[in-house]
Amino acid sequence: MKLQKNTRLALFSVLEFATDPTRHISAAEIADKYGVSPHHLAKVLSELARAGLVESARGVGGGYRFTGNARRLTLMDVIEMFEDFAPPEDDRREPGERTPVGQALGAVLSEIDEIAKATFRSITLATMLRLLERQQRSAAAIRRGAPAP
Amino acid sequence: MSVTRPPSPARKATRAGAPQAPQDPAVRPVRRGDLDSIVALDARVTGLEKRAYWGSLYRRYGASMRAERQFLVADAGGRVVGFIIGEVRDWEFGAAPCGWVFAIDVHPDARLAGTGARLLAAICAGFRRAGVAKVRTMLSRDNNLVLSFFRSQGMMTGPFIPLEMDLDALPRDPAAGPAR
Repeated sequence: MKLQKNTRLALFSVLEFATDPTRHISAAEIADKYGVSPHHLAKVLSELARAGLVESARGVGGGYRFTGNARRLTLMDVIEMFEDFAPPEDDRREPGERTPVGQALGAVLSEIDEIAKATFRSITLATMLRLLERQQRSAAAIRRGAPAP
Repeated sequence: MSVTRPPSPARKATRAGAPQAPQDPAVRPVRRGDLDSIVALDARVTGLEKRAYWGSLYRRYGASMRAERQFLVADAGGRVVGFIIGEVRDWEFGAAPCGWVFAIDVHPDARLAGTGARLLAAICAGFRRAGVAKVRTMLSRDNNLVLSFFRSQGMMTGPFIPLEMDLDALPRDPAAGPAR
């Protein structure tokens, strides 16, 4: 499963916001950190705001802050806002999909997708933040020359 | 023998007005006298009272007195509010022995209070004492609640892939003779 650019931006953004729900973060700060255009990111953020996951504040010190529940919101909840998992219409099928080989290959690809979806459904933002924390601790330990925790 | 069910933290909704269990239940090895509570807890979730099954698990895991087999309960002031069962398994295909959790359950009234996490931490400590360095489990990919719980505790997809097939899809064993 390959995630579209907007989906990845949405995941980056909610994780940035959920790290500290009290802090307002500007779109420019996130755009700069992930190397994307603020204009592109703004569209993603307004979608997240419409879904009630972030709220914006104008003016000095303004920006967006997380308003969702990090212990409940899964990666899949965010992904589903930007990805269309419905089977493609007949006119959008890839050439060869209807052949016996194409159908067998489709069954394998669908098996992979189902595992990916189950994985995304089982990971909350809180779990992701803990994973991030562990990775940062390990990286810091390696930098210090200590065994990774 | 896999009865893994939702222990606690990642439920979509909380139970408004549910009575709270006393904080910090103690985790201890199961006793024969706990079986009624465990059977009732299981029946509450599955709708089936499997007394013989739990008696058998108690004999094999609770009364075995072997470090490799663990059947632990969460005791909140004398009330059993959860349990976890696991063992050290030696696997084929070159894998080193590992701790294997095959059952966990927490009373609905005691969820969202870290009971599942305490049970898992206790069984992991036992696995460490038994000399293994990994803990594994396996459950349906549709079982999002328990998957989320294990994920929240730091578990990730391991290097093994479970495979299965319908036996009916296999050609019949020629040695078994003609089908009747």
